[in-house]
Formats: sequence, structure tokens, C-alpha cells
Amino acid sequence: MNEGNGVTLAKVVEAKKFSGTPGQIRQQRVERIGAISISALAAVWMLVNLIKAPEQFAQVAISGLRNGLIYALIALGYTLVYGIIELINFAHGDLFMLSAVFSSFFITYWMGADQSNGYGWFAFGLCLIAVMVFGAVINVLIERLAYRRLRHAPRLAPLITAVGMSFLLNFIGLKWNGSTPRQWPTVIPSGDIYIGEIRISMITIWLFLVGFPLLLALNYLVTNTKQGKAMRATSQDRDASTLMGINVNKTIAFTFALGGAMAGAAGLLYQQSIGTTSYNLGFQLGLIAFTSAVLGGIGNLWGAVVGGLLIGLIQGLNDGLPIAFGQAWSQSVVFTILIIILVFKPAGLLGKAVTEKV
Amino acid sequence: MAKTSVANNVTRSNRKWIIGYSITGFILFITYQFLIPWEGLPLGIYDAVYRWMPPSAINESLVYVIMALGLNIVVGYAGLLDLGYVAFWAIGGYCAGWFMSEFFYFLNINFFGSVPAEAPGIHINFWMVLLLGGFICAFFGVLIGAPTLRLKSDYLALVTLGFGEIIPQVFFNGENFFGFNISNGTKGIVGVDPIPVGVKDLGPFDFGWKLLIFLLLTAIMVFVSLRLRKGRLGRAWLAIREDELAASMMGVPLMRTKLASYAVGAFAGGLGGVAFATHVNGVYAERFNFTISIFLLAMVVLGGMGNVWGVILGAFILSWVNGNGLTAFGQLYNEQFGTEVDFASFTFLLFGLVLILMMLFKREGLLPESRLKLMLHEDELDDEDASTSKKKVGK
Repeated sequence: MNEGNGVTLAKVVEAKKFSGTPGQIRQQRVERIGAISISALAAVWMLVNLIKAPEQFAQVAISGLRNGLIYALIALGYTLVYGIIELINFAHGDLFMLSAVFSSFFITYWMGADQSNGYGWFAFGLCLIAVMVFGAVINVLIERLAYRRLRHAPRLAPLITAVGMSFLLNFIGLKWNGSTPRQWPTVIPSGDIYIGEIRISMITIWLFLVGFPLLLALNYLVTNTKQGKAMRATSQDRDASTLMGINVNKTIAFTFALGGAMAGAAGLLYQQSIGTTSYNLGFQLGLIAFTSAVLGGIGNLWGAVVGGLLIGLIQGLNDGLPIAFGQAWSQSVVFTILIIILVFKPAGLLGKAVTEKV
Repeated sequence: MAKTSVANNVTRSNRKWIIGYSITGFILFITYQFLIPWEGLPLGIYDAVYRWMPPSAINESLVYVIMALGLNIVVGYAGLLDLGYVAFWAIGGYCAGWFMSEFFYFLNINFFGSVPAEAPGIHINFWMVLLLGGFICAFFGVLIGAPTLRLKSDYLALVTLGFGEIIPQVFFNGENFFGFNISNGTKGIVGVDPIPVGVKDLGPFDFGWKLLIFLLLTAIMVFVSLRLRKGRLGRAWLAIREDELAASMMGVPLMRTKLASYAVGAFAGGLGGVAFATHVNGVYAERFNFTISIFLLAMVVLGGMGNVWGVILGAFILSWVNGNGLTAFGQLYNEQFGTEVDFASFTFLLFGLVLILMMLFKREGLLPESRLKLMLHEDELDDEDASTSKKKVGK
């Protein structure tokens, strides 16, 4: 099911036997051709830009990947929740926004740290723990109060509830942060280092140093622990897991906690790297992160990470390269990717296609 | 025998509402056109009406009703969640902006327009622009629906959401869309032709007479909604909403039926867009944001998905609260208690709570549709044991 790209893709296509009814075969063929031509177009676009302005390319690619890491952290929450209860948790982006506001208040007002020194790092570390707990608690509360009661309801009901939750969190953010964007001091050192002509800011490096271990820890938790096993079992078959003695309610709550913690960490990293918070930032970033989750294959952890980094990269390239649509069209580019992915390959890059059995 | 009696039943129940609707509409029109401006009226009433329910608010509510009825066909009848309905509103609005103003100043086309023939720009008659806007929206509805309708419901919601984000951004950045100015960007298109009704032209401030126009449009939407629901297509929509798989087994063509719901819903969005452009006398890009889509969805959910009268009620309540009620209440509250609470900022809380609480406790809405009510509470019937579920069905 998985696809490489570039040279291997052609081999995969040749080797793969289409199966199913004539209609399905035709559809598979269309999907394959569409996917190949679109990735070819993207590759040509990148190549032309790379030849034209190699330094600029590397520059925007790095800053794009930095955003991509934040998208990946948020996308994990979407993917975890979707994997286990098949709900698009619209409120997740706003949870990220609340976490960003929380971390700014925590570091600047409650801890009183406003520059990068020993105390600043102490505040950062403490805040990382606090904001992860904060995100987890809020997410679990949302699940407990709203989604759990709607677990057996028709799909439309929890989805609309999630939209409502998103508005509610937006309101809290509006009251907490104020209606205008706010500027905050950051405690991460802001210098630059140079590799040849390419400038890399220290913030980017620190972001990856903090973010990647989180991703690895999450992956370990899901694949190697008993609780992770329970999560995977629950997502496969809820009734059967109950029969096997898994506490389904607790497992789902744990999943929400994990997703919330990741969103919390993403909020802190975003606040520290960008330095601004506003009450409506969750919506846009949440949608982009969700697009990443879908791109990578929803329900697949590494898919979310790959999707997030890819979307960040594409967005960065689009915003910064000479031959591109530019920042004004950033949003449209991301959503066009979303629509194209859903049309041609709904299972995503790393996801498995699920056929509905009757 | 049985067939004719059913047919009679259908026509009778379909006609009965027209009388009540006309009377209500007529009373509203008389009140706002003649009674309120009448000088013999006590001053207090005039002030109170203008504070709580000014004529512009009534007209705006009616525009929302038109669009909520359109969304109801997609969400309520066919059960497809559409989170990007604002796109159709935007397209309809820009149709009015393109075809009924001086925006394309280098052209000079006048087709039964309500301005002098020598005026620059495209000036097509309002009633034709209504149809034009509707059909263009329906085309876009089919365009977005055709490749995506085979997706599962929540993926579909996302695609519509993406569409609802892209279209407004196209208009927002439209000042330089591959070298063409298609929307005047953030400045918007100011000034739309008045509505010609034969004897006079209705400008932006003829609220009373325009109320009649909007009432007529709403009546058309109600009529279409009710007729469609009773007909073959409507029953196919309901079947899809309740069980897609079973419907397809029974021979309902899924794609065609879903596409039809998208097209009809989008058509209504176009009507609403054109009507709103004449209401505010212009088209402004920053108005078309995601909140509007959710706002319309909240109207449908609050009123009662699938029930035309419920949706009208929901649309009236929410658009009134959002447009006028909350600020008026805030003023009253602040004067009374000497506080300075900013009530307008509570809209997020209000809509969030409406959506959540309705879904948790009254999923079927204020004026529920009986079929949908049963469907939405299926889970409770499943969960509890047979004796209690029987009691519930009996109730």
C-alpha cells in the first residue's frame, strides 16, 4: 500500500496489479495517474526554484520545516483521536491556541522570565511540563463532558459538538488573550548560525531539539507500552477490546490526554518561536494541521509527522520562493492540497485504504 | 382510490401554509412601511422598535432564512455536512457585484437594468441576476461535489470547508487575480443597482418594500423545500440521510441524488448572496468567513434539521441575536446596572453553547422533524434494555 516517490513510484505502478470490478479498476487507474502527475508537477516546481535560487530555497525550506514540526505536533492530536473514535476534533486547533496563550502567561507573568538565561530555561522547562498537563486536562475534560455522551450517536452529532467546542475555546481565548494579537518576549536564544551561506536561527534548532524527542516518546508510548497496546486494540474493535478486559473509557480518555499534551507542547513551541498570540490562531493552524494528518494518512502516527513536515515545507516554499503564489495564497495552497489528496488518495500517503464491509 | 387521496392530502398540506405566511408577511409589511413611520404613534414604541427590531434587521434575517433553507436541503434533507456554505454566499454576492454595478466600467451592457442605458458597467435586471447567481452557484456546487461526494461524511465536511476557505480568499486577493481585477480586493464593490419592480426602483433604504421582495424569495424557498421533500428526489434524500447503504441497495442513485442536493442548496446560497448584496448595497470580501458557515449551520441545528419551519425559526432567532438582540440587551443591561460589559464578544460563547447543548440534550432542534428525531435517538434505544426502549417508543 505504501508508496515511495520519485523513481520507485514508477516501478510500484508497473508491478501493482489492479483488482476489483471494472469501475474500481478505472478509479484506481485515475487515482494513480492523478497522484503521479501532481507529484511530478510539484517536483518540477521545486527543481526550477532550486536551480534559480539555491540559497533562498534552503533558507525557506528550513523555516518551512520549523513550522512543519509544529503542525506535526498538532496533527498528532487529530490523528490519535480520529484513529480511536473516528471524530474530527475541530476543537483541537483551539486547544493549541489556548496552550500558546497559557504558556505566554506562564512564562512572562507567572514566572517573570523575559530573556534567555538560566532562569529563562528553567521557566521554559517548567512551562513545557505545565502546558502539557494543561492541554491534556482540557482535552480530557472536553471528552468527558461532551464527546463521551455522543459516542453512539450518528456521526453528525459529535462533529457539530466539536465545532461548538471550538467556538467555546475560542471564546475563552478571546477573553484571556484579548481581541488583538499580543507580542511576548521569548526565552529561547535568538542568535543565528551559518552553514556556508545558509542562515539557521537558534530557535529552529532548539525547536527540533525539544520537538523530536517528544515525537519519539509518543511513538514509544503507543507502540511499546501496555497502554499503547490498549489504544491500538480499542481503535481496531471497541467491543472486542471490552471483552478482552480493556477499559475503553479510560483508554479513550488517555488518547485525548496524549493528543492534548502534544497540542500543549506545540502551543509553547509556537509561542516561543513566533512570539505572538491571538485568539483566532487556532482555527487556521488547526486546519493546516488537520490537512497534514490527512496528507500523511489519518490514524497513522508517522503519517501525521511526515504530513506536517511536508505541509510546512510546501507552505514555506510557497511563501518564500521567487516562482510561487506567495503568502497571500498560502491558505488556498494548503486547502487545495487537502482537496487533491482527498480526491485522489483519501487514505493519505502512509495510510491504509479501509474498505467498508457490510 | 388511495393514490388520489394521498395526492389531495399533499396539495392541501402544501397550500395551507401560504395563507398563514401571507398574513404574517402582510402584517410585517404594514407595520414597517406605514405604522412605524406614522406620526400619531407614541414616541416610546418607535424608539423601542428601532432599538430591538429595526427594519434592516428584519430584512437581514430574511436573507439568513433563505440561506439557512438552502443549507437545510444539504444538511437536513440529504444529511451531508457542509462547512463551507459561505462560498456560495460569496459567489452569489459577487454575481450581483459583477452584473449589477459599475464594477466593469470599461464595458457598457444594459439588459433591462434599472439605471440609464449610458451608465458604464454591466447592468442586468435584478430578477435575472437572481437566476444567474443561483445557476452559477449551482454549477460550483456540482463542481465541488462531483469529485468529493463519494467520500465519507466527515471527509466531505472537510472538503467543503476547504472550498469555503479558498473561494473567499480568491475574492479577498482578487484585486490581482493573474493580472485581472475580479473583486476589487478588500475595498469591495460598493453600490449595487436598485431592484426594479415596475413602478419604482428600490434603493438600499427602501426597507419596507424590499421586505416584500425578501418575503417573496423566502416563500419561494419554503415552497421549493416543501415540494421537493414530498417528491421523489426528497424521499431519496431522506433515504440517503437515514442509511446510505440501504438506499443504494434500494436503487437510489447515490451520486446523482447527492449532487442534486448540492446543486439546490448552492442555488439557494446564490439567491441569498444576490439578495444580501442588494440589502447592504455592495459586496465586501472580509464578510465571507468561516464563522458565517458555522452561523448558518447553528441556525439549522437550533431550529430543527430537516424541518422547514424549524429552520426559519432558528434562522430568525440567531440572526436577530447576532445582529441586534445581543447589542440591544447589552445596552439595556449596561444602562440598568451601570456596567460596561461588552456583550458583542459573547457571540462565540453563545454559538458554541447552542451547538453543544443542542447536540447533547435536544439533538432534533426546537421544532423537530419526527423522522429525524427517531433517527438521532437510535443510540438510546440501542443502549437500554428492551423494556425501557419500548416505553420510549410508545412515548
